[in-house]
Amino acid sequence: MSANLVAFAYLVASVFFILALKGLSSPLTSRRGNLFGMVGMTIAVITTLTVTKNWALILGCIAVGGGIGAVVARRVEMTAMPELVAFMHSLVGLAAVFIAIAAVNNPVSFGLPAILPMGSKLELFLGTFIGAMTWSGSVIAFLKLSGRMSGAPITFSGQHTVNLILALIMFGCGLWFFFSEATNWTAFASMAVIAFVLGFLIIIPIGGADMPVVISMLNSYSGWAAAGIGFSLGNPMLIIAGSLVGSSGAILSYIMCKAMNRPFLSVILGGFGSEGGTAAADDGIQRTYRSGSADDAAFLLGNADSVIIVPGYGLAVARAQHSVKELAEKLHAKGVNVRFAIHPVAGRMPGHMNVLLAEAEIPYEQVLEMDEINSDFSNTDVVLVLGANDVVNPAANVPGSPIYGMPILDAYKARTVMVVKRSMAAGYAGLDNDLFYMDKTMMVFGDAKKVIEGMVKAL
Amino acid sequence: MIGEVDPTIINLTVFVLAVFVGYHVVWNVTPALHTPLMSVTNAISGIILVGAMLAAGPLESDWGVWLGAVAVTLASINVFGGFLVTQRMLEMFRKKDKKGSA
Repeated sequence: MSANLVAFAYLVASVFFILALKGLSSPLTSRRGNLFGMVGMTIAVITTLTVTKNWALILGCIAVGGGIGAVVARRVEMTAMPELVAFMHSLVGLAAVFIAIAAVNNPVSFGLPAILPMGSKLELFLGTFIGAMTWSGSVIAFLKLSGRMSGAPITFSGQHTVNLILALIMFGCGLWFFFSEATNWTAFASMAVIAFVLGFLIIIPIGGADMPVVISMLNSYSGWAAAGIGFSLGNPMLIIAGSLVGSSGAILSYIMCKAMNRPFLSVILGGFGSEGGTAAADDGIQRTYRSGSADDAAFLLGNADSVIIVPGYGLAVARAQHSVKELAEKLHAKGVNVRFAIHPVAGRMPGHMNVLLAEAEIPYEQVLEMDEINSDFSNTDVVLVLGANDVVNPAANVPGSPIYGMPILDAYKARTVMVVKRSMAAGYAGLDNDLFYMDKTMMVFGDAKKVIEGMVKAL
Repeated sequence: MIGEVDPTIINLTVFVLAVFVGYHVVWNVTPALHTPLMSVTNAISGIILVGAMLAAGPLESDWGVWLGAVAVTLASINVFGGFLVTQRMLEMFRKKDKKGSA
């Protein structure tokens, strides 16, 4: 194929990628969007095949990788989506590093001059360090999300200074590589290794519940890594696709930070809260709360006219989405108006709760975003909070509280509140939740799935 | 005159415009589909596969080619895994439409 034809095919593929994201503006057009994405990718791969020679090797590797990807995609549980996404970010990062090394080793196969010009060196440097940080950062995010590593932040004194010094050394190596006449492998390799270490150090101090921000940020990085490689290879399609992904991840990070009312920088610098938290704040006063059984809760639910269910991370941990659906159906059959209220940071990644409820086949008209439903809490009979804590903590309305200003679901305005929770432990922010001690609140202790199954039986 | 422009500047032009397009398109994505958005963008960032194919492209065996081959495998996991898991998720949102309209 002529170079012009290749470039044109790449343009067509780029347009398909834009249409793929556009399709996600509504569930009705989303499947077509995904299909557009696949078409774009197919065009890109076939076009690239025409300019490469080693077909047997390339197709073999695509078959192996594609096979693994297909199996993983089919088997993964919806509750494990955050881990899968983190795992896939790490692959993009590692691939970017390998491509950059291959390009430094043999520029000619990429259509670059044998002696790398300064511009290409700079671009390869960018692609490598973003790729390397994406890789190691995503590996840590994956370990934390899948519970193979504690979600608690790991901090040590002088952490930020160490990171800063490492970053400066890394840029120093980049400059050394940039100004060396011949290919300076020492500079290039040191820079890559430091970038790997930095990615690791940047993610360890960030706690479990800040993962929605981290995972969106890594999503963004993986896009910028692809765009960086696109710059090195002078390939506009890689630049376009990478920028789409990069800006998408950046916007999601912004939305998540806004939903927690915390500046992006503070989330990224980490050290906030600790997973599981300590027992209810110890101010010397034993506060009293009311607790009840699943049967009591079922009785109240059955007699209500309107119920709002607030799902949180606890629902995902207990894999209770199918039981919740049964509960909602039983209540519907009794003429109760059941709706779901989703806080933007509920769960461990943006939109996590929506996917779990979709998996359980809960109609999406019943699933509402915070802004759509918040004004309805005051005339709702019963709010059922399932494994959520900080997102319904009225302390967010009290000036001086650490979470002051965070938008919350106004569960406390309902006539009766029921909270399903394992224990009285504080939430991620380490704060006691006044909602649990209100006169109209009933605590139901236990695993979300077992409690809900108990309610279904009692109804 | 445009022929004298450094390719990096042209790439930068493409980059800046693409970021604007991405910004506007992504703000229109409904929050309920943010997880599928992440998985589909994951698949799209697998476009790095194209660079990996170029690395694995030359016939002469050299370690760079093998590095390219590994990168092709990694990027393919992303492309196939990303699109297929997105499809699986979006199917779940469809089941609900049918029920809603029935």
